[in-house]
Amino acid sequence: MGCSCNCLDKEKLFNSGILVEHSTGAVLPPKEAWEKKKGGYAVIECPKRIPCNPCYTSCPTGAVLPFADINDTPEIDYEKCTGCGICVSRCPGLACFVIDLTYSDDKAVIKLPYELIPLPQKGALVKCLDRTGKEAACGEVIAVTEPSKDRTYVVSVVIPKALADDIRAIKVVC
Amino acid sequence: MKKTFETDLLVIGGGAAGLCAAAEAAGAGANVTVIESDLHPGGQLVKQTHKFFGSRDEYAGTRGYKIAEILLDEIKSLGDKVDIRCNSTVTGYYPEDGVFTVMKGEDEYYRIKAKKAVMATGAQERMIPFTNNDLPGVYGAGAVQTLMNVYGVVPGKKVIMVGAGNIGLIVSYQLAQAGVEVAAVVEAMPKIGGYWVHAAKIRRLGIPILLRHTVVEATGDKVLDGAVIQELDDKFQLIGEPVKVDCDIICMAVGLTPTTELFWQAGCKMQFVPQLCGYVPFRDKTMRTSCPDMWVAGDASGIEEASAAMVEGRIAGHSAAAALGLKTDAKKFDEYWTRLDHLRAGEVGEKILAGIGQVLVSGWEA
Repeated sequence: MGCSCNCLDKEKLFNSGILVEHSTGAVLPPKEAWEKKKGGYAVIECPKRIPCNPCYTSCPTGAVLPFADINDTPEIDYEKCTGCGICVSRCPGLACFVIDLTYSDDKAVIKLPYELIPLPQKGALVKCLDRTGKEAACGEVIAVTEPSKDRTYVVSVVIPKALADDIRAIKVVC
Repeated sequence: MKKTFETDLLVIGGGAAGLCAAAEAAGAGANVTVIESDLHPGGQLVKQTHKFFGSRDEYAGTRGYKIAEILLDEIKSLGDKVDIRCNSTVTGYYPEDGVFTVMKGEDEYYRIKAKKAVMATGAQERMIPFTNNDLPGVYGAGAVQTLMNVYGVVPGKKVIMVGAGNIGLIVSYQLAQAGVEVAAVVEAMPKIGGYWVHAAKIRRLGIPILLRHTVVEATGDKVLDGAVIQELDDKFQLIGEPVKVDCDIICMAVGLTPTTELFWQAGCKMQFVPQLCGYVPFRDKTMRTSCPDMWVAGDASGIEEASAAMVEGRIAGHSAAAALGLKTDAKKFDEYWTRLDHLRAGEVGEKILAGIGQVLVSGWEA
């Protein structure tokens, strides 16, 4: 009643794995602090309760708050988050990212988990994909690391700052 | 062959649950024989290249095949307590004299007499009926995973995945990792059945998940060359126009059914429990069945996650060891139950708990 959004479409998208709005377990960092935070903050997209807690147990600074129940969705204390990206490499659901908004006036850096071949090289240009896999921009890879030495790589990509809440994957162009 | 081999504890199935049961019982001092039908132990774990969920106790964040290695190392550390016999299938159980029959390979047949048995026989994949579903190119998800992750064989170029439970979502991701194009995941329900994060992970790679859709026909002359998919209404009736999608694989991940023939043969009290995906044996908190010398663990007790299967294996092994008269630590038993309760506290757990409630007895009459 008086609702202008297309709720059914949103529900359908969410039910197939597309985050349509930020909610418990999938929140954005507070805007003001985020814009100034060098190194960025963790952005976790894990809105459904599942029995899993490596984001909490692996966080070296205690920024992911303790889980009362292993099924709890993650919550972050931004005072403690250094943007280190350990959670990005440890999350079994590949649901953790780090987004640094301080890279330049109009560019941000996203650190995302990557388990495909070919592995991009530093300096490579890659296609940046949104949550539906659609190409949203072209980005430059500025770092590729393997923090946990377990074949989950963390790729840092420079993306348009305006798309910081859209881009969540990359495709390596051969 | 007249000889009957004897063992204290027979574990049937060397997968996640069976290996944990064997390790636990052997840790308490039992002599254990594990019979595994595959060529190597580990069950489904050996083909799981993704990282597991759960907590540290269930090896969260570790890839499945690594977990199999960890369990086998634990067993190795117990010396010669555990004898794992692969390429061997328990073909029957004869309650009148307590004998199990075993086929090793295709020509060696022998008998085992065990004081106690943990039956961790796992599950079988379901299929759905549609025209031409016997064409080469129509696979179960287990076969696709075995080809890719055990034998390193890419199964095809382009696939339609049927089912968006965890297996369908994870295998879609693994296919994408192997360079196979996943044309779409079709799912009859109005929402994915697996973990949301698994779906998000493949959606952002551009793999569509078509809810309320099913496959109605496989096309092709001698081998598969396409799939016809169609939309379903909320009563699962076909609506809309059928759409042909070119592909050389249809991969079915439409559920599992507990493997329970041996329980039936043993005369265990059984019940059909939809939430546990089929007929399962009644059990008490120690995973003991109505046959006092038999325990159940893992998917054979109801379809759940590998993490829960491993804990159930620990409980069954612990309890079977105690029944053999060995000294066991009662505190461990409580710890395992606390872990199981935690694993089952989420949304998916509600369904599992409702199912278990129908077959859990407070204790067997002496």
